[in-house]
Amino acid sequence: MTGTAFLNRKDLIGLLLLGLLIVVVLPLAFDIFRLNLIGKYLTYAFVALGLVLCWGDAGILSLGQGVFFGLGGYCMAMFLKLEASSPEATKIQSTPGIPDFMDWNQITALPLFWRPFHSLTFTLVAIIAVPVLVTFIIGLAMFKRRVGGVYFAIITQAIAAILTILIVGQQGFTGGINGITDLRTLKGWDIRTDHAKYVLYFINASLLLGSIVLCQYVRHTKLGRILVAMREREDRVRFSGYDVANFKIFVFCFAAALAAVGGAMFTLQVGFMSPSFVGIVPSVELVIYCAVGGRLSLLGAVYGTLLVNAAKTMFSEDFPQLWLFAMGALFIGVVLAFPDGLAGIYQSYVEPHVERLLALLPGRSGPGMAAAAPASRPE
Amino acid sequence: MASNTDFLLAVENLTVSFDGFKAVDDLSFYVDENEIRVIIGPNGAGKTTVLDLICGRTRATGGSIRFHNREITALKEHEIVRAGIGRKFQNPSIYEDLTVFENLEISYPRGRTVLGSLAFKRDAEVRDRVQQVAETIFLAPQLATRAEYLSHGQKQWLEIGMLLIQDPELLMLDEPVAGMSVAERKKTAELLHQIIRDRSVIVIEHDMKFVEDIAHKVTVLHQGKILSEGPMAQVKADPKVIEVYLGH
Amino acid sequence: MLGYSFGELGSIFAMQAFAGLILFSVFVLMALGLAIIFGQMGVINMAHGEFMILGAYMTYLCSHLFSAYLPGLYSIYFFVAMIVAFIASGALGLLVEWGLIRHLYRRPLDTLLATWGLSLFLQQAYRSTFGAREVGVELPNWMMGSTNLSDTIQIPINGIFVMVLTLLITLAVYLLIYRSRWGCQVRAVVQNRTMAGAVGINTEKVDRYTFGIGCGIAGIAGSAFTMIGSTGPTAGQLYIVDTFLVVVFGGAQSLLGTIASAFTISQAQSTMEFFLSGSMAKVLALLAVVGILMLRPQGLFVLKVRR
Repeated sequence: MTGTAFLNRKDLIGLLLLGLLIVVVLPLAFDIFRLNLIGKYLTYAFVALGLVLCWGDAGILSLGQGVFFGLGGYCMAMFLKLEASSPEATKIQSTPGIPDFMDWNQITALPLFWRPFHSLTFTLVAIIAVPVLVTFIIGLAMFKRRVGGVYFAIITQAIAAILTILIVGQQGFTGGINGITDLRTLKGWDIRTDHAKYVLYFINASLLLGSIVLCQYVRHTKLGRILVAMREREDRVRFSGYDVANFKIFVFCFAAALAAVGGAMFTLQVGFMSPSFVGIVPSVELVIYCAVGGRLSLLGAVYGTLLVNAAKTMFSEDFPQLWLFAMGALFIGVVLAFPDGLAGIYQSYVEPHVERLLALLPGRSGPGMAAAAPASRPE
Repeated sequence: MASNTDFLLAVENLTVSFDGFKAVDDLSFYVDENEIRVIIGPNGAGKTTVLDLICGRTRATGGSIRFHNREITALKEHEIVRAGIGRKFQNPSIYEDLTVFENLEISYPRGRTVLGSLAFKRDAEVRDRVQQVAETIFLAPQLATRAEYLSHGQKQWLEIGMLLIQDPELLMLDEPVAGMSVAERKKTAELLHQIIRDRSVIVIEHDMKFVEDIAHKVTVLHQGKILSEGPMAQVKADPKVIEVYLGH
Repeated sequence: MLGYSFGELGSIFAMQAFAGLILFSVFVLMALGLAIIFGQMGVINMAHGEFMILGAYMTYLCSHLFSAYLPGLYSIYFFVAMIVAFIASGALGLLVEWGLIRHLYRRPLDTLLATWGLSLFLQQAYRSTFGAREVGVELPNWMMGSTNLSDTIQIPINGIFVMVLTLLITLAVYLLIYRSRWGCQVRAVVQNRTMAGAVGINTEKVDRYTFGIGCGIAGIAGSAFTMIGSTGPTAGQLYIVDTFLVVVFGGAQSLLGTIASAFTISQAQSTMEFFLSGSMAKVLALLAVVGILMLRPQGLFVLKVRR
């Protein structure tokens, strides 16, 4: 029980190593095309961080995180699409000034819910507020009635299915299966240039590091310990005078807000948003990133996301038919053999050696040791 | 129906049925301030269900439960706890992944809302109180130990400590000495004697010697109804009690 | 109402209702297996759709084998196919229980992830074996065509066949769970595993066969599925969430609840489909189910029990 600092020395070193990796090493090592790809992976890491708190700590498995990633991403995309659909740019359409896919679907006026997205301030607020509102309503309905465990997982999955079908079905309003594409500028700043991609990568990386610190802070407070306590003995927490549902709603909303930030950064870096990032399959994939990294480790979740995606990219370039086999095996292997993921492996096999080394060479650690340094439970 | 009383806890006409089976049937009893009440009865008599009903874990089908003359049957569990009723479960219910210190700290009655818990500071007051309770429950040397490494008896004590730190006016204990070794049992009795001062307690227990030792009044339940109630000596002499419970 | 005459509306409703009944049949067959596995064992089998598709592929293989080698018996191939489908899916189920599920009984959320992994694995296995294209089966002549109930109401024969099949299988499952000695053992293990073990029930064996039979029924569902849809590697995944909602909506432990909820959901979806687009009908049906589950999380048919 050391003092008030919520980042102890070990956490700080882990965070610095990760920072070094994503802010210095990766940008130096890769060209902008690859770096942009890595930036895309890092947006998934926001979701994985949220899952560490929501699933790892509190034991609430949401299979609908893609929904919140998507909502954040769609909010951003709607703003960018409106900017790209100025009357001058769309004068060949039968109705100039509305997004192209609306014009293709014989819609003649901008739908009401699109209009506020002309404002950047509104959009930035909406990116967080819309998913949080949705999670708040779902959480209120489910947790106050003590729906949990697998029932909760199935219902979040159903919500992911519903939203996907809705987006695909209402293509006049949402761009349908293709999503919202052809995004160009943010307040006049062209986001498609290499320079913009570099800037966005660094913004994304800083946001991610900031989010890790924020998560670490939350885990260090009493709330963090209540989440763990709730996972273990929900009744005891209740009979210690806590309204358990409120804490669950909080952590669910918190995870959704993180996912939404990731989604918005995804849209900015990749230049489009589509229902293929919303549905059941991507939502479960997001959970596996977290599981591979270690559901109890913030840094582990980031490394897990990076590794699984790097593997996915390599496989799908060279042996696409093997990727699903590998992914399936990964799911089964992690769950059966390594429930604490990379962070668990690091803690049991690597950390003892690192500590011996650290004891020999005080204040030194090789950058090569940037493996999943675990953010251990607050002590 | 419900009358005004001076009792700390007034249970009147309490009924709960599961699928037509009445686990508790038109039960009325009253607990005074600073009274130690022991509930005994054969298995399935509805003892634990009564505690579940008082602390809000099970909802009553009918009747009323008033605490300080305030109706609590409609309150949620955490509201009942905040009103001043603490409950220990039959099997030790603690957080095994947390340390003894953290277990006690979570039970400390401050920062119980979401924002409150985010702003909660582990200040001197909290530390002192945790230390003090830990000494009472014989766990001061284990404060930094993860709770899963405690023995069964120590876990029971920890749970009692978690209640103690809430300082409830009414403490409900479900078989606090069950499953303990003789030595642990003796120490627990000592502990209970110490903590039942200055508060009301409802205890479910089978150990007759222990019951005789602490009870002010004993309530005997049988098939969800009160079979007999009064001081231990009177209850022990009741032929009905001897037949259904003490006899075997 | 929308310019239809009263008689026309009646026919539309009757035909939509019948279309809903076929959907209902597939839901019930899928959900029966799932309800056994989830309701009785508490295991979330996300690969259930893939077990169904295995049955569908078996049916496809049988139809090819019969037309190539036993064309004279083609009219009865479907019955053979159903048995083959049951055995294949059931055997795979036994294998999966042994290799995977039995290690995870205490961690229901992890079973969910592991079986999801299994489903990805199986999908790719189907794609590698049978190709990515969807395949369909030829129906024997006697199953083609339709009967006319009245001038405006036509009902396809294969639809009637699927429904009769569903009824028979439901009845068989009911007898198995509630009337047979084995079903009694399953229910005993569900209620109190330790005690069941103590009175001499081999609980591991009961678990394994329960899982196997649940998967086998999914295989039969796959056979039926070939009559109304084409079979592809990912076709099973499309049904899994719906099926889980059916099971949860009905109250996981109740067979009757499963059937009633399959009926409600399929009829709601099919009736709305006529007036709205297919996707909106599905969205509304799913939303209604989720909404009702939020109001009544224990499902439609659950008894109040003592905790």
